[in-house]
Amino acid sequence: MNLNDSELLARAESWAKAGRGVAIATVIETWGSAPRPVGSHLVIDSEGNFEGSVSGGCVEGAVVAEALEVIESGQPRNLEFGVADETAWRVGLSCGGKIAVRVEPLT
Amino acid sequence: MKLALLSALNARIAAREATILVTEMATGSTRLVTPEEVSADPLADALHEAFRTGKSGLTEGGSAFLNVHLPPVKLIVTGAVHISQALAEMARLAGLDCTIIDPRTAFATPKRFPNVTLLAEWPDQAFTRVKPDRFTAFVALTHDPKIDDPGLVAALKARCFYIGALGSRKTHAKRVERLQSQGFTADETARIHAPIGLDIGAVSPPEIAVSILGEIISAMRAKRRTA
Repeated sequence: MNLNDSELLARAESWAKAGRGVAIATVIETWGSAPRPVGSHLVIDSEGNFEGSVSGGCVEGAVVAEALEVIESGQPRNLEFGVADETAWRVGLSCGGKIAVRVEPLT
Repeated sequence: MKLALLSALNARIAAREATILVTEMATGSTRLVTPEEVSADPLADALHEAFRTGKSGLTEGGSAFLNVHLPPVKLIVTGAVHISQALAEMARLAGLDCTIIDPRTAFATPKRFPNVTLLAEWPDQAFTRVKPDRFTAFVALTHDPKIDDPGLVAALKARCFYIGALGSRKTHAKRVERLQSQGFTADETARIHAPIGLDIGAVSPPEIAVSILGEIISAMRAKRRTA
C-alpha cells in the first residue's frame, strides 16, 4: 500500500499507541535531482517495520538501520546521502542527487 | 517528538487545518504553528512564507526545519453534466478529491460518474457533508441559478481559492446582479472566474474540462495559501 505523508504520520501515531517504539524520518534538504521532496516521511517501528519513502528505495535500508538505533537511544540523528558521500558506493542515490534526512524518535 | 504533539498534528491534518511543524535543529525541540499564530512566532517571516508557498524546508541558516501541512485540494462541482464527466475523470488523475452535486437524479447517476463522490441533492444539503474551505475549488456548471447560486454563495463565504461559473458574459452579468442583491460586494463577485476556464479555444466538453482544470491548477499553484 502506498500511503501519503499525512497517512504515514497517522500510522506512526497508531504504532506508538500500540506500545511500539517508533521513529519518524523526514527529508529536510535536497540538492540536485532528488526522488522525494523535502518533507517526505519514512516511519519505522522497533521491529523494523516501515512505511513510506525518503528516496524512492535507494537509501531506505540504511535509514531503517539508523532508525532502530534512534529508537533505542532516544536521540535524533541527521543523515546525509549522496554521490559525494563515501557511503554512496554502498547506499547512494543513483539519480546523482543528495539528500539530508532527520530521524527523530517518538517519545 | 512527543507522541502528544504528533496526535495534535494528526488531528489538525484530519480537520483540514493548515499547520506547520517546527523543529529547532540545535535543541531538537518541536512545536506546531497555526496560521493565526504566525505573527507572534519568532520565525514569523519564514512561517508566513512557508504557509504562502506550501513548501517545507530549512530556514535561512538552517536553524529550524519547517514541515508545512496544507490540506489536500478538493474540487466541488455543481452539475452532473457532460463537462463534469470529463472534469471528474481528469481531476482524479491530477490528484484532486472531486465531488459532484446535482439534485436532478436523471443526471446524477453512478453509471455516468464512476470513481467520484456523487451527491444527488441540493447544494445546501450537500454542503452540510462536503464543506467548501480555502483549499477547495468550486465550479458551477448547471446553468440553473437554483442549483448554481447556492453553491456560489457557499463558495464565496468559505473563501474557496478558486471559484468558476459556466455561462456567457451576459449570463454572468445577471448572476453578479443576483449575488450582489444578496449582499456580496463587487470585489467578492469579481473572484468568480467567468467565462470559466483558460482561453484555449476549447470547444468540446472534454476540451472545456481541460481549460477549467488548467485554470484551477494555475490558481492552486500561484494564488492559493495566502495564510
